[in-house]
Amino acid sequence: MSIQEHTHEHGGSAVYVRTLLALLLLTVLTVAASYIDFGSGNVIIALLIASIKASLVALFFMHLRYEKAVNAVIACSGFLFLGIFLMFCFLDFDTRDDARALHPQPVMYGPAKPAGAAAPAPAAEAK
Amino acid sequence: MSTSTLDFHDPHAHGGDAHHQHHFATMEQQFDTSKIGMWLFLVTEVLLFGGLFVGFGMMQARYPQEFLEAHEHLQRPLGALNTVVLLISSFTMVMGVLSAQRNDKKKLVMYLILTILCACVFLCVKYFEYSHKFEEHLLPPRWYQAQPGDTVRDAAGNVSHGYGTFFAFYFMMTGLHGFHILVGIFLLAWIAIRANRGEFSSKYYTPVDLVGLYWHLVDLIWIYLFPLFYLIK
Repeated sequence: MSIQEHTHEHGGSAVYVRTLLALLLLTVLTVAASYIDFGSGNVIIALLIASIKASLVALFFMHLRYEKAVNAVIACSGFLFLGIFLMFCFLDFDTRDDARALHPQPVMYGPAKPAGAAAPAPAAEAK
Repeated sequence: MSTSTLDFHDPHAHGGDAHHQHHFATMEQQFDTSKIGMWLFLVTEVLLFGGLFVGFGMMQARYPQEFLEAHEHLQRPLGALNTVVLLISSFTMVMGVLSAQRNDKKKLVMYLILTILCACVFLCVKYFEYSHKFEEHLLPPRWYQAQPGDTVRDAAGNVSHGYGTFFAFYFMMTGLHGFHILVGIFLLAWIAIRANRGEFSSKYYTPVDLVGLYWHLVDLIWIYLFPLFYLIK
């Protein structure tokens, strides 16, 4: 009667091997992309690839694709609230004129490494 | 609701399954309940790391130049190596769960040991990365020592707070993640010992499944940590 019986063996080793290969391929891709300068696109590409990888892990390795929907709902709700958290924090940060005005110059720390290395021009201050 | 509609048998005569606890109507209900509990725990883990990710994003927006220069000190090949090691360990873990579902005790134990080995390789690589950073004084602001390549400085040669802030986040987040790996090693060892005793079968492998979920989550967090720290531009 064991009802676990029918929830068994979702996927199977062939699916897991293919998932692993896809994950490794995406890792190579994300490292390769990081050496190319896409400007602000680099962050988006890196996070997009990371999200595809995370989805593969969740869907196949964590069995979300085959599980009861309630587990997927719980998992998605976690990421939903994380999204809300991120969104409001950055909305706040980006719309503050005074975020930098409070500390126009970063706090400076400690003496420079004295070792003979060519000291760069000290002119480049943070804007 | 009458018990008959629930297909409720005498709890102590449930096909003789010793793992069936009497407050669950069926083994399936027991399994699903454990699983929901585990997923709820994983969500709290996501939110725990989420707070740190938000902080990292804020500070990166505040100190973009410093973060860019600081991340050049991380060894990208080692980070990539660790990513591959963790992905492989996730694969061996899921193969372990599959072996449990197939009643293959020998393979289950083998895959669990392989997973533990991958975890140890990961921590070894992290050890070398950390010791490199300690030697170079690439540390949180209080202990950070200016590097020759640091461009954001004042006239006296003092460097920006942002460099150390990057490493504060680096150590906090990879450290917390590394702690999860360490906990995972103990959990995997515990499961491997129980598996070796023959405690798991296709009818009862809940602990293997739940530790697997935990292990995949640790992998999943690293999937985001790696590009954010090692690959940002």
